[in-house]
Amino acid sequence: MSVLAQWQRLQQWAERRLPALTRHRRQEDLPIELHRRRIYIVPTGFGVAFTLLLLVMMVGSLNYSNNAGLLLTCLLGAATSISMLVAFRTLNGLRIRGVRAGHAIAGEPISVTFDFEAPHPRQAVRLDLGEVSQAFDIDGRADVSISIPTEHRGWLSIPRLRIWTTWPMGLFRAWSWVNPHYAVLVWPRPEFGGPGPSLPQEDHRRQRLHRGEDLASLRDYRSGDSMRHVAWKASARHDNLLVKDYEQPEASHEWRLDWRQLRGLDNEARIARLARWLGEALAQGRQWSLWLPSEAIGIGGGPSHYARCMSALAVLP
Amino acid sequence: MTPWWRTKRPAHERISERTFDLLCLTTAFVLGVHAGHLPIGLTLALLVALGLRWWQRRYRPGRVPGWLKLPMLAILVGAVVLDYGNLFGREPGSALAAGLLVLKLTESEAPRDARVAAAFACFLLMAALLFGQGMVATFVVALGLLPALTTWRSLEPVQVSPTLPRQLLPALGLLGASLPLALTAFVLVPRLSTPLWGTNGASAAHTGLSDHMSPGEFNELLTDDTAALRVSFDGPPPPQDKRYFRAFVMWNYDGRDWQRSEQSASTSIPVEAAKTIGYHISLEPTHQHVLPTLDVPLAAPLQSQAHADGEVFADKPVDEMREYALRSALDYRFQPNLDIATRMHALQLPDGFDPRTHALAEQWRKRYGHDNAAIIRAALNMFHNDGFSYTLLPAPLGRNAVDDFLFNTHEGFCEHYASAFTVLMRAAGIPARVVTGFQGGFWNNMGQYLLVRNADAHAWSEVWLEGRGWVRVDPTAAVRPQRISLGAASAAGDQLPWYQSGSLESIRNQWDIVNRWWNQSVIGFDALRQRGLLTPFGIGEADIGLLTKLLVICVAVFGTLGLAWALWRRPEGDPALTALRSLERKLAHAGVVRRRSEGPQHFLRRASRALPGQRTELDHLMRCYIELRYATVEPSTESLRTFRQAVRNFHPRRVV
Repeated sequence: MSVLAQWQRLQQWAERRLPALTRHRRQEDLPIELHRRRIYIVPTGFGVAFTLLLLVMMVGSLNYSNNAGLLLTCLLGAATSISMLVAFRTLNGLRIRGVRAGHAIAGEPISVTFDFEAPHPRQAVRLDLGEVSQAFDIDGRADVSISIPTEHRGWLSIPRLRIWTTWPMGLFRAWSWVNPHYAVLVWPRPEFGGPGPSLPQEDHRRQRLHRGEDLASLRDYRSGDSMRHVAWKASARHDNLLVKDYEQPEASHEWRLDWRQLRGLDNEARIARLARWLGEALAQGRQWSLWLPSEAIGIGGGPSHYARCMSALAVLP
Repeated sequence: MTPWWRTKRPAHERISERTFDLLCLTTAFVLGVHAGHLPIGLTLALLVALGLRWWQRRYRPGRVPGWLKLPMLAILVGAVVLDYGNLFGREPGSALAAGLLVLKLTESEAPRDARVAAAFACFLLMAALLFGQGMVATFVVALGLLPALTTWRSLEPVQVSPTLPRQLLPALGLLGASLPLALTAFVLVPRLSTPLWGTNGASAAHTGLSDHMSPGEFNELLTDDTAALRVSFDGPPPPQDKRYFRAFVMWNYDGRDWQRSEQSASTSIPVEAAKTIGYHISLEPTHQHVLPTLDVPLAAPLQSQAHADGEVFADKPVDEMREYALRSALDYRFQPNLDIATRMHALQLPDGFDPRTHALAEQWRKRYGHDNAAIIRAALNMFHNDGFSYTLLPAPLGRNAVDDFLFNTHEGFCEHYASAFTVLMRAAGIPARVVTGFQGGFWNNMGQYLLVRNADAHAWSEVWLEGRGWVRVDPTAAVRPQRISLGAASAAGDQLPWYQSGSLESIRNQWDIVNRWWNQSVIGFDALRQRGLLTPFGIGEADIGLLTKLLVICVAVFGTLGLAWALWRRPEGDPALTALRSLERKLAHAGVVRRRSEGPQHFLRRASRALPGQRTELDHLMRCYIELRYATVEPSTESLRTFRQAVRNFHPRRVV
């Protein structure tokens, strides 16, 4: 068994048996503030080597009763110990105010932004999340974005992350584990290609009905509207001007996307197909509605509607 | 997954240009502080190699190929062996290490290399202090820590990168902050009373007084203006013409050299003193046994032995600063009873040398009979009147050196005069001997001590007179009285190097007080002084255990202070709310107490009704607070300041 695997086993055992040491394994609510009870500090390998060198220098200058050399060694030693305090102080009082995440479809990395706050400026703080690492300075507030890889649709808990620093001289490493109670929603991955949605049956009737009307709706006048579209008669009965709204494009057909129409496919394939249709509808500027076993989403369009439908797809069992 | 303790870094991560510049600066500094003792050729070659590497990395980035590094290492080792003969020891070791540091730079591309190189540079900076721990040298070396510490700082991933001088400042701050702890540790770290392994301090050849006197011996010494000893007196210092510091007494003359005679240590110095003076000498390292003393010492100080002729020798060579206290006689009869063997010894002259001198002495003896004092006067008159001159660059002397000097060249300095005078006296049958040591020195009024430099080295004679014992006669004074009254520098006139002349010399004399302070408080702080550290607190002998305890306590105190600093946080909380609370307290004094259910707006309205005279002020306060709280998500600092100012200026007037 490799050393690495052994170490991981040891780590798991420690987290099971020594909850006091690794108690931040449990998820915590935001905001999270780093304080002295959860900041650990050890010398780096270089720090240990440098301490040994200082010892050699001290014994040497004592042996040759070289007081100037001893003074220099003491100065370096004192600077080293102060650098330990500086490393601690870099993390102490650091606060994660919040986490924001964008959207991503399964298989693509999702960008998560941590909103850091610190009462005094900090430098060279690093954030490790899995394999990725990001260094940042904080002067008051700082947004730190980091990409997390995704695999499946659905809720993805942010893995435990380590905030650490070796500031100022790389002699000591101060770190703290943070496990924020925050999950990001990963949208399903659309299928690559396939049939388009079957048009709903009642479309013709509704279109005819629409065509017979003069106007779709009346709305308040907005600066820039053409005078020819003002509904003068209707306006006379109101306080303000009303405008005939012709916005609805004649050619656009709304799509009624329905889970039940996709019989013969398993759940994931249905979700992938619906996701593709949603994407196409958004690209073509259509309106659509979506029926799912969990909920029915009414007609709408645009990115926000798309996000709502994709999120609903993502959380399907 | 990478284990958490291992820094994830790309395999080919390179240090930034700035880091490399800092590393080069550190290395140049190291070469600078070692330049004093490295061979000049090696220093220059290393500097050129450093410059080339810097240029190469900046303009032709890339690694230095391996086939170049190996021959460079071989050349370095070869050069060191050629210069010093071996690779071990202090000088060759530091030369090799400085070379290795420069070679390390040729392969420094990764952060790890830069870290190691800077740490190694720190070690070399400290090693430079083994060659001299003067105050200025120590400060310069400490300055060298700045680029080294900054190199490490620059390896951290910081977003802003200031200019090079500004980048060095935080390291200065760090060193300044660590000074209190460093000084405490320095004072309390237990010193070793005996070294753990052999120290070969004597290898550093330093010209000082030597135990024999040959022509030209003093030449080098008289232009060496490093400090030799510093003397503080219990009471007023003796006058200038009494400041003779005895080191060696020369008995044996072979026609060319004067030698001291090996004699066993005597229990006491045969001196009858009328007037004595106590004083304290701190002697710079000489790597010799001799301890110079004022005129005639009464007894030897601790760990040393005295001889009957007044020489004092320490048990161990003086390889470090040595301090000793003793008493000397100023008015005395020195060995009034001379035994026959010593008398013969003091009359010994080699056969077949200096016939004209012998003839002159016999001529005087015939003329003055038994009046020894008259013969001495005749000799001094001759030096004074017969065209003798004082010069540091006399003409060379032949086989009959004293004849040559007395009858041909007529020029020389103290050793010529002392030697010729003593030979004359011996030839005339008066017991005489040569004494070497120091004469004069600079009285530092501010520090109340006498600074004696190596340039103050001097040689004089002692003659033995019936009833008076050994009497000091300084023939140089007959030729050049300024030598005694004003010191060596004024006697030499313009024959000295520029830094030893005039006003510059007096500035350097005054500045010496700082060196003395440094020598006493830093360099001379040894095991003995450390044990006496706690004497003011009633503990005579602080042993190692107590010192260690004290050190631990002090470090704990500093640690607590540091932790308090690290844990301290700016008082947080909502500044607007704090200001409102202060306003509430003021209003409560005026009798308007906020109810628990009352919002700020309601409360302040009520307050303005209760204090109608201040209605406008209170309305303004309320508007400010409401705006601060509810107008924007993030209130501007401007409006916050206005509100706090208004609260501070508000003083409720009680309605009567």
